[in-house]
Amino acid sequence: MREPIAAVFLVFGAFFMLLAGLGMVRLPDLFLRLQAAAKAATFGLGGLMWAAAVAEWSPSVVARVLLTSIFVFAITPVAAQLIAHAAFRAGVPLWERTRENDLEGQRSPPGPRKPRHGAFPDDA
Amino acid sequence: MSAWFELLLHGVLAVLALSVLPTLYRLRLGPSLPDRAVALDLIALQLTGAIAVYAILTHEPVLLDAAMVLAIISSLGTIAIARYLFSGKEGSL
Repeated sequence: MREPIAAVFLVFGAFFMLLAGLGMVRLPDLFLRLQAAAKAATFGLGGLMWAAAVAEWSPSVVARVLLTSIFVFAITPVAAQLIAHAAFRAGVPLWERTRENDLEGQRSPPGPRKPRHGAFPDDA
Repeated sequence: MSAWFELLLHGVLAVLALSVLPTLYRLRLGPSLPDRAVALDLIALQLTGAIAVYAILTHEPVLLDAAMVLAIISSLGTIAIARYLFSGKEGSL
């Protein structure tokens, strides 16, 4: 009975993983490729991990899968945002057909970033 | 485990291996350092998924521990590379 549910999760996860791999080749610049690498891969990994949890339905497996998926869903967007900000600051070129660039002309100051307290730095 | 489910697991493993290939192409080609960092992160996530599928296939829940550690390490590595890029001069790539 659990196998059809696990099969649905498996197909879901494999489809999104394949989509992420295709996006790495097809998308034109780093910032668009991050969409594939962060969002599609997170969804795909969630599907595959929950397939494992459904197929081996025991508390220890479900606990590990829960821990892994919570961690991946929390930290993959953080890593994607940080690497995008760092790449933009380092001068990675944007796609030539990019139309909206809200950070144009207000890049963060050079040197290592100091810890900040209070307001968000871009508000000033 | 029924026969069709085992066949599906092998198929999913094949699809995951196929999806690593374009990511490896991007890792080889990728014009800048952040491109390669992102590709490495994606490869680690895909291998994490493959480990999870292999854990179902072999009934070895211990493999999920390895998947968890791999997922944690890869994202932290990407954050470390981002910190390294932040420590350089602006427009230095």
